[in-house]
Amino acid sequence: MDIPASGPAALPPTIDAMTGPFNPEMAIRIMSGHGHGGFIGLTYHAHGPDWVEIALPWRADLVGDEASGVLASGPIISLLDNATSLSVWTRKKRFVPQATLDLRIDYLRAAKPGETVIAHAECYATKRSMSFVRAIAHDGDPSDPIAHAAGIFMRTAWPS
Amino acid sequence: MNDNAALLARFRDRLPPYARTLGIEIIGIQDGAPLMALDPDSRTLGRPGFVHGGALSGLLEMAAILALHAELGSRNETKRLKPVNVSIEFLRGATLQRCYAVGRVTRAGRRIANVTAEAWQTDRAKPVAEAWMNILLAEPRE
Repeated sequence: MDIPASGPAALPPTIDAMTGPFNPEMAIRIMSGHGHGGFIGLTYHAHGPDWVEIALPWRADLVGDEASGVLASGPIISLLDNATSLSVWTRKKRFVPQATLDLRIDYLRAAKPGETVIAHAECYATKRSMSFVRAIAHDGDPSDPIAHAAGIFMRTAWPS
Repeated sequence: MNDNAALLARFRDRLPPYARTLGIEIIGIQDGAPLMALDPDSRTLGRPGFVHGGALSGLLEMAAILALHAELGSRNETKRLKPVNVSIEFLRGATLQRCYAVGRVTRAGRRIANVTAEAWQTDRAKPVAEAWMNILLAEPRE
């Protein structure tokens, strides 16, 4: 007789292999288990019906200006891209294959050196092909954001 | 060319930790602007088989900013560059092969520069992503 392994269930290898209603926390653990999101250290922070929050802890090797220690904008774009993408699946309550069509980011101020950056991303509309998203990134106070993002994700496949 | 060799040396020293961490390199000078390259690996992988859009955006921003540094340098101007915004269009999925990017200064005035950048893989005529940036030109700190 097989004895079931104890401990937490193994994570599915990819997001599309997840079963049941979309689980943003599990999705971020899968996405950050490998690839770029994992490399820059993205972690789950919180979520609601149509929004997700992801954290990007400060790291010396992700700095854009060595003199000041301010994070580069690149990892913040990756954070906003992943968070907005997850907000679409969270609103739809399921994974759908999609690609970023465009992403626009306004930089309000530099991130504080040493502080974790949080993205709060919301999917505010979903259509047949396009999902519309917006987000802010902040380093502790959401009323004093570092960056604002607006973007569109395009669905890349439908069930046959 | 000697001018290009001097530019290359100057910009290679200027790549920030983030760029070096992802493996972004400057491999030449094209029309006066640094030509950037990125060989994708697990550090820059997005959805399976494709480069992450954020990593590609980082490459485009780096190309745009260095193109502006080159332009200001050629005019002997010293400014602090403060990116105001960026917009990125993802044109094709970037597969796991070398990505190139180069920036072009549309206009660099007294206070604002408008800069674009394009990224491609095997075919320069088939870009995988493009970006525009508005960059505030601030006076250098004393």
